[in-house]
Amino acid sequence: MPQSESWGGSFVPDESKTNGITLTKAELADLLFDRVGLNKREAKDMVEGFFEEIRNALERGEEVKLSGFGNFQLRDKPQRPGRNPKTGEEIPITARRVVTFHASQKLKTAVEQLSDGPSA
Amino acid sequence: MTKSELIERLTARFPQLGAKDADVAVKMILDEMAASLARGHRIEIRGFGSFGINYRPPRVGRNPKSGDKVLVPEKYVPHFKAGKELRERVDRIE
Repeated sequence: MPQSESWGGSFVPDESKTNGITLTKAELADLLFDRVGLNKREAKDMVEGFFEEIRNALERGEEVKLSGFGNFQLRDKPQRPGRNPKTGEEIPITARRVVTFHASQKLKTAVEQLSDGPSA
Repeated sequence: MTKSELIERLTARFPQLGAKDADVAVKMILDEMAASLARGHRIEIRGFGSFGINYRPPRVGRNPKSGDKVLVPEKYVPHFKAGKELRERVDRIE
């Protein structure tokens, strides 16, 4: 399933195409600095800790349920036949555990409404 | 792990901070991430993954009960792709 390659065709709004508007850890840390009153170091550590604790849970095999946002789940995939797209050579894709994200109904509804207008 | 367990773990991780700081921070981070996606922006967290939105064109679907054709309008859906570090840490099979 070429799920991981699907980014190439994904929708990118004009605004972010031109300005490259992307949320990163730096912006999240700035937000905690401005609005929670953590100092710069604490804000940076908190953001790093947030993602690290989610990674830790998933690494332990725990699903992560963040109500109102979405769930990170684990799927065990069996080995399947694959192919080197350049050479055409057959190479098995080994069995693996992967993370999937399922957006909550709240997040889905918020994102869906983008289609209500191009300026949204 | 639930949101409240995540807050507990962060509270334990940062004992020098106020009792409510992890709680407020987790909610603020999640709200900001959701708001960014709702504006059509991407989220990129190195080593964790990226979130974006994908377009779903309008299509003719069917009411599974009555069999009637219904027009499903175009919409946007959230999408997540795990980053390299997360993929490798989760995949315990060598």
